[in-house]
Amino acid sequence: MGAAVLLVLFFTGLWAAIGIGGSIITPRGPQQKLTQCILMLTAGCCWLFWLCCYMAQMNPLIGPRLSKKVIQVMAQSWNMPITDG
Amino acid sequence: MGSLFRSEEMALCQLFLQSEAAYACVSELGELGLVQFRDLNPVVNAFQRKFVNEVRRCDEMERKLRYLEKEIKKDGIPMLDTGESPEAPQPREMIDLEATFEKLENELREVNQNAEALKRNFLELTELKHILRKTQVFFDEQEGGLNHTTESMTRALITDEVRTAGASMGPVQLGFMEKSIDREDYLPCFVAGVILREKLPAFERMLWRACRGNVFLRQAMIESPLEDPTNGDQVYKSVFIIFFQGDQLKTRVKKICEGFRATLYPCPEAPADRREMAMGVMTRIEDLNTVLGQTQDHRHRVLVAAAKNLKNWFVKVRKIKAIYHTLNLFNLDVTQKCLIAECWVPLLDIETIQLALRRGTERSGSSVPPILNRMQTFENPPTYNRTNKFTKAFQALIDAYGVASYREMNPAPYTIITFPFLFAVMFGDLGHGAIMALFGLWMIRKEKGLAAQKTDNEIWNIFFAGRYIIFLMGAFSMYTGLIYNDIFSKSLNIFGSHWHLSYNKSTVWNNNFLQLSPATSDYEGTPYPFGLDPIWQVATSNKIVFQNAYKMKISIIFGVLHMIFGVIMSWHNHTYFRNRLSLIYEFIPQLVFLLVLFFYMVLLMFIKWNRYEATNAFPMTEACAPSILITFIDMVLFKESKPPGKDCHVYMFWGQSFFQTVFVLIALACIPVMLLGKPIKIMQARKLANEEVQPITGGSSDAEVGGMPNGGGGGHHDEEEMSEIFIHQGIHTIEYVLGSVSHTASYLRLWALSLAHAQLAEVLWTMVLSLGLNKEGWLGGIFLTVVFAFWAVLTVGILVLMEGLSAFLHTLRLHWVEFQSKFYMGQGYAFAPFSFDSIIENGSAAAGETE
Repeated sequence: MGAAVLLVLFFTGLWAAIGIGGSIITPRGPQQKLTQCILMLTAGCCWLFWLCCYMAQMNPLIGPRLSKKVIQVMAQSWNMPITDG
Repeated sequence: MGSLFRSEEMALCQLFLQSEAAYACVSELGELGLVQFRDLNPVVNAFQRKFVNEVRRCDEMERKLRYLEKEIKKDGIPMLDTGESPEAPQPREMIDLEATFEKLENELREVNQNAEALKRNFLELTELKHILRKTQVFFDEQEGGLNHTTESMTRALITDEVRTAGASMGPVQLGFMEKSIDREDYLPCFVAGVILREKLPAFERMLWRACRGNVFLRQAMIESPLEDPTNGDQVYKSVFIIFFQGDQLKTRVKKICEGFRATLYPCPEAPADRREMAMGVMTRIEDLNTVLGQTQDHRHRVLVAAAKNLKNWFVKVRKIKAIYHTLNLFNLDVTQKCLIAECWVPLLDIETIQLALRRGTERSGSSVPPILNRMQTFENPPTYNRTNKFTKAFQALIDAYGVASYREMNPAPYTIITFPFLFAVMFGDLGHGAIMALFGLWMIRKEKGLAAQKTDNEIWNIFFAGRYIIFLMGAFSMYTGLIYNDIFSKSLNIFGSHWHLSYNKSTVWNNNFLQLSPATSDYEGTPYPFGLDPIWQVATSNKIVFQNAYKMKISIIFGVLHMIFGVIMSWHNHTYFRNRLSLIYEFIPQLVFLLVLFFYMVLLMFIKWNRYEATNAFPMTEACAPSILITFIDMVLFKESKPPGKDCHVYMFWGQSFFQTVFVLIALACIPVMLLGKPIKIMQARKLANEEVQPITGGSSDAEVGGMPNGGGGGHHDEEEMSEIFIHQGIHTIEYVLGSVSHTASYLRLWALSLAHAQLAEVLWTMVLSLGLNKEGWLGGIFLTVVFAFWAVLTVGILVLMEGLSAFLHTLRLHWVEFQSKFYMGQGYAFAPFSFDSIIENGSAAAGETE
């Protein structure tokens, strides 16, 4: 697996806290059920969206194809120096 | 169960009101806005109803108020609008109001008439003044050089018209009577008057022709325009004076003047007389001016006093009219002492309504309390969803497709999140999302102020009504923009890219393009923690290849999950309506069909993402990753797949071909169950019921038949034919099966629109903004400002507005068609309560349109 397990657990926990935890602590009132529904849907959608993006990049089947100019700029600004030779 | 998840329970109630208390009670109910009255006199003509006179009186009052409003608007006086709604006045106050309006109207009409008469007078005097002034010029010329002017005049008279008799060509003498030769024969006369400038040439020609050139016209323009008293227009007129001899000519001239609507004025010949007259006219004009000023002041005062209360009165009159319209719907009972009404009320609000009724009876001083009696009925109640300012817009989106059937699952609460989320998948850009979210936030913060300014601008009203939707769409777009790593077509590099360069100089120098490989240390091994790696934005040549694969998969994943959610909603509907047949023979095969085929495809995607890695041992490397689409097609066609590469495995996991065959067979087995299960069961139940009817009269309804509590047993003369049931079920099944394929593909629009959005943003960057950023120096700075303005206008206009509208529409379609077709009936009618607020809003809107 090309996944950083801790990171996955972190985000899962974050959205679970918002979705499930948030639903538990919503105050009682006429809108309680609606708020719970909203929180759970938001948490579910956002977590799944993040997870799909993460899993799609976990084990990439192709790599990025960079042009000469871009490589040179990358080497300078992203601190990935080109070796001599 | 929360109130928004299903529509409210409604009850049909009978209301008994004492005649004296009826008005006050209806007034209270109108303020409450929770009761929908039914028309108990549908066959009665509108002119034969009980309270038609009162309605007529209200109409008359409204007419007077509209007249007042028109006059106030004409003078440009601002009308005070406090926004608060006065209570409906008592019936006895109506007479007071009528008297006030009558008085005001009469006063205003009188003032207007007087003003008109005065203005007419003023006009006449002004014209007379101008005539006296201009004719002074004519007569001065005469006195100054009589001889040659007479000669010139006679010459003018002679040269143009040769055949005129000489006798009529006597010298025309003005003001020097003692010198005239044949004074008694030829009486030189003149008339003076004023005519519209445009008519003057035609007037002259007519005079010339009719009098055979024997009259002489002189004219002078009046420089300042005069006000026409009837319509207040400014018109240009000219003064003319016509000289002629003889009575016949006089009559002819007078007739022609009448025909051209020229006003004639008596102008004295002697200069002394004229001067005296001029002075008299001036004094009279001064006096008239004062009087006119005072009249206008008085009118202004009256209108200002009326303007203070006008909106208030409008509201009161509309409320009275609404109450009497409602009272017209009631039935008078036999004893003529009480009114009966039938109404739909929400069950939860019966207490509130009874309190309101009690208040009404107390106010009217009646002793008999009103009775609210619940009736049992088989009729279809209206659908009432209690919404607040936040949920109202989302409910409106759903109702625009069709109002929910009574007590079926309401998709609105889920739409609150799924709608902005699916929009955001198509719109994902941090920058554009921020613009949208800020716009929505501004409208929400300034709600009260913006709502108070009632405008007729449709587009603004639509945007304002959807402020919460816009805000949520913007907020979710910011989130998806972060995940797509796209802010105005650029990427953020927060955590450092997880792809690294490992080239040396010569490799870079000698190759135009270099592709990083996931198998080597180019790829760090774990992905970028949040969103797309920023390196993909700069990898312009194959960014789209990677993003296509990613976005297509997420479109299908979210689409299938959305549809499964829809099918599960139908389970809630079937359980609530105790529709066991539908539950077993519709819901279960539908769910199984969807899960076994399309959810399996989703699982394949997750498996492919997990199992195929470039650094794996041979068969599971990236070169051997099979195409999911081809796998799926082969699965459905029962074809043996080809291996994706040389020596690669055909399948992703052990037993895949066996599972796939089983799944397809199960799916195929679901189809006849959907097609025939329910109708056959109904047929059996009917046969059973029929057999029971023969020995026992009045067959009992079989519980297996299910359906609404309208029962199904006994005589089936009012139920559907068996053939119709089979046909309906067939259509339903075909729709579902074919629909599941087409709807799944339809969700690919999530990919298509997000690709289009990203490409548009990139075009704007490459073709517009980067051109400006490339220039250097002071001139470059100015150029950049201009280019930035252009880029900003295009961004907001095309990317935020146009793309936003487009994504909104597509999301709406996804909800209405792909999601709701799985469970939503939408056959209900909306609850339209008797509410003063909505009547006044509609009333002012309608009045605004007619003006």
